[in-house]
Amino acid sequence: MALLEARSVSKNFGGVTAVNKVDFDIPDRSIVSLIGPNGAGKTTFFNLMTGIYSPTTGTVMFDGKPLMGLKIHDVTHRGIARTFQNIRLFSQMTALENVLVGEHGRLKAGLFGAIIRPPSVRREEVMARQKAMELMDFVGLKGKYEEISKNMSYGDQRRLEIARALATDPKLLLLDEPSAGMNPNETAKLTHLVQMLRDERGVTVLLIEHDMKVVMEISDRVTVLNFGRKIAEGLPDEIKANSEVIEAYLGKAYAQAVADEKEKEKH
Amino acid sequence: MKVSAPVKVPGGVVPPAARPQRVPQKRVQMVIFFALAIFAFALPYVLKVFLDPRDYVDWISLFNSMFIFILLSLGLNIVVGYAGLLDLGYAAFFAIGAYTLAFLTSSQSPLAQNGEPLTNFWIALPISFLMAGLFGLLLGAPTLGLRGDYLAIVTLGFGEIVPITFNNLTQLTGGDRGLANLTSPTFPGVVFSSTNLVPWYTLSLIVVIFSIWMIRRLINSRLGRAWQAVREDEIAASSMGINLVRTKLLAFAMGASFAGFAGALYAGSLNSANPSQFRFDVSIIVLAMVILGGMGNLWGVIIGAIVLQLSDRLLIPNLLGLITEQSNNIKQSSGADNFLAGLLANLGSSQTRLLIFGLILVVMMLVRPEGLFPSSQRRAELRADDPSNLQPQAAASDDAITAADQTRSINYNPSTNESSRPRRDE
Repeated sequence: MALLEARSVSKNFGGVTAVNKVDFDIPDRSIVSLIGPNGAGKTTFFNLMTGIYSPTTGTVMFDGKPLMGLKIHDVTHRGIARTFQNIRLFSQMTALENVLVGEHGRLKAGLFGAIIRPPSVRREEVMARQKAMELMDFVGLKGKYEEISKNMSYGDQRRLEIARALATDPKLLLLDEPSAGMNPNETAKLTHLVQMLRDERGVTVLLIEHDMKVVMEISDRVTVLNFGRKIAEGLPDEIKANSEVIEAYLGKAYAQAVADEKEKEKH
Repeated sequence: MKVSAPVKVPGGVVPPAARPQRVPQKRVQMVIFFALAIFAFALPYVLKVFLDPRDYVDWISLFNSMFIFILLSLGLNIVVGYAGLLDLGYAAFFAIGAYTLAFLTSSQSPLAQNGEPLTNFWIALPISFLMAGLFGLLLGAPTLGLRGDYLAIVTLGFGEIVPITFNNLTQLTGGDRGLANLTSPTFPGVVFSSTNLVPWYTLSLIVVIFSIWMIRRLINSRLGRAWQAVREDEIAASSMGINLVRTKLLAFAMGASFAGFAGALYAGSLNSANPSQFRFDVSIIVLAMVILGGMGNLWGVIIGAIVLQLSDRLLIPNLLGLITEQSNNIKQSSGADNFLAGLLANLGSSQTRLLIFGLILVVMMLVRPEGLFPSSQRRAELRADDPSNLQPQAAASDDAITAADQTRSINYNPSTNESSRPRRDE
């Protein structure tokens, strides 16, 4: 059974239909990519699955239970974590504190626990720090625990966001354009990291990505959205060969490239 | 590209890296703190030797009200500084703390039977703390879904309503006369009274130290991290599984509780609770203390409270006296209807005190919004466009990606996205 099942999901903003009757499955322990031209409704779809928006119509089931109408933090408790397209770290906190905030939902210390600090809370806090460091090591940020997160390099910030999301112990991790703004070297490392997430930690990954090299390299399945509709779905190789996709997406870029080429020749 | 090397911490039972950060610095802080605490406890006995009796009483009463305002600033700092919620009606919780104590320990209280108060001070003090916290929850629950400005307006209203309610419930609260005749605390070998102020001094100091201890533990906990996260980015915080409403509610209630402590001590040391003591200007003065000292910094806020309280009691009265004197001089030399003399006479009235507080707030906001002693985090947040806050490696590097990142971090400010976010959290 699929970990996440979206059935006929639509989202309207006033007169605009950002997502239109999309069916979408994410099998357990898979890496699924969602691609499409700018404004295709990818991020809206993402937000539908993290509780930021409720679908206008349709159902989203996660792990066998409906996901609609939940608050954002409840969605996280159910096992969905995410990163953000425009990095949203707690920029003035240290890297380690960022990851510790990710562990918030798993920790138990309440008001009295915080003030009285019984041994159980002390132990919990030590474990939390160890786990946070372990996660930072995993994403490749070993030794950068005490850096204020906004002082970190762009690639490191992206990694830290992934570590922070992993700290919530997710079953499903949603990555919103993780390679945006990265250089080829950083992108290659990221691709490897995403594969490790699935292979070593058993996390299912949904990826929104513009870099086709990344998408085609690591995805088990690719879904293509255009104008809020799903226009194709399948294995990476099938998507590459799909004429509708080429027209809507790759073709457009190609046409643009050709136009640019001509422009250059004129001058 | 490393900006700051990881802080070295001494080893111990816990694996070194797993220890809380900046341990040596914390130890120095503890030593300084204990030295200051001992100094503060000894101060009344030292002053007694050096000051003549009248001045001595004035000073001790000044210190007592300073402690009350330190407590208020510490509490409001949780709400405004750590959780980033603007509370303009904080005096309401101060009033609730004071009236709770009065209800429980005054012989004039409706709860008193045959002129015997319900209970003694020591039981009433923690109840005042809890009661103010409870009202914090009650006010916060329906309103904390609101953002920024809306929350400020609701708290402003609450701050006005509470003293007026106490004023108008004449049957219960004695109206504008208030409740007097509170039972003084009893302690073997110590006499608490409104004339013997040193025991009140010691008690207030103990409560202040206890509160600092509590607040320090709170902010270095899972809850404190959640407060900071919510302040920095609500969407990201809730995506990390933080329940926004509950987290803010706890901040609001905890902040209110410390006003409850302050209120109880205030009413106890004055031996009465009276609605005119809790007017709007108290909320604003406490806010001014928090802003002056540095939002989000425990020690800064304490210094803010001390500085403003000292200037309120010493500097401003002297200044006003000077102005009045000048005005009288001008009147004598150039006639009673001199414009300047009239202006100065008006400025010399005690109302000017509030004008000065207002000026302090405005000047601080313009010149040093992070306060005199800012927490490093708050400083960076409030000065996001300050080039000195940019990451050094980006400024030095011509790497296109880092440069792009730099632009992003300048423009990126969660609060500018406000309008695109849903107004309610639920």
